[in-house]
Amino acid sequence: MGKVIVVTSGKGGVGKTTSSAALGAALARNGEKVVVVDFDVGLRNLDLVMGAERRVVYDLVNVIQGEAKLTQALIRDKRLETLYLLPASQTRDKDNLTAEGVEKVIGALKQAFDWVICDSPAGIERGATLAMRHADVAIVVTNPEVSSVRDSDRIIGLLDSKTLKAESGERMEKHLLLTRYDPLRAERGDMLKVDDVLEILSIPLLGIVPESMDVLRASNVGSPVTLADERSAPAVAYFEAARRLRGEALPVAVPGEKRGFFGKFFGRKAA
Amino acid sequence: MNLLRLFSRSQSAPAARERLQVLLAHERASVGDSDLVTKLRDEILRAISKHMQVDDEKVSVRMERGAKVSTLAVDIEIPFDAGKKAA
Repeated sequence: MGKVIVVTSGKGGVGKTTSSAALGAALARNGEKVVVVDFDVGLRNLDLVMGAERRVVYDLVNVIQGEAKLTQALIRDKRLETLYLLPASQTRDKDNLTAEGVEKVIGALKQAFDWVICDSPAGIERGATLAMRHADVAIVVTNPEVSSVRDSDRIIGLLDSKTLKAESGERMEKHLLLTRYDPLRAERGDMLKVDDVLEILSIPLLGIVPESMDVLRASNVGSPVTLADERSAPAVAYFEAARRLRGEALPVAVPGEKRGFFGKFFGRKAA
Repeated sequence: MNLLRLFSRSQSAPAARERLQVLLAHERASVGDSDLVTKLRDEILRAISKHMQVDDEKVSVRMERGAKVSTLAVDIEIPFDAGKKAA
């Protein structure tokens, strides 16, 4: 039985899709079977970031409405044979997602894949709540910036109340992925520091992805950043985050901090 | 000129951090179940404003939130003529 992960944030533009694609590819590179599901119905972009935009025939809504089989809608990545994409619909809207339909699709994907990564749309409405509904683990993508942190706090509240896990009285496993981190600005005191964000949100840290041109460059050519240039700083950060997702206790290095990061172990700020 | 500005400018991240801490404590309390620290803050401010005019600029409320212990620091500047309002 595979693990279902939701990549969510509340705020748009913080790097949910980039992170979904990068983590999906990082996990799949080890031979594990991974599917990345785009829940942003109406504004799909995961296909573009993964370079599969011209191969989309059927989508999530088609499958939910019974117009296509799941196997027809799944697109296999051209670079990694264990990486798949389930695209969102571009022409319809979020009302086409039904709770029962999503449950069925996620249930079927869990049987066939080791990891089911749900790329949530921005916002806190239907699309976002359905994307998180069946998750076993949540990755909260946050930028070190006030509006993103506030929205993440809101999303954490939803994860603790509106998911199946929360409703059945279980604890939802949540991880913070800090993206677009600029060590120079943090050093100058003009960007929230890692510890500030951790203290405010009090969920364990999965990784810190530095602000980098490599992310834009990878999306330009339609490749997850972990496949485009695996030695680039953001790729390294995503590979490490993927290892932590697998349960490895790997310390998180804060970009720009030369020493003292050995103390920053994954999970040290567990809520 | 620009360089001078760069050096004289104070850091903005601490302000971001404090604003967020206060705001989120408040929002968490209004969305979820009531929060003791937020309640305390509100009641302390209310109690003080009974006896003197509280100038928003002269009040600083800081919260540190931890898994086990949270702290609330309220700093209020009391002017000489503070008692006048109460009279």
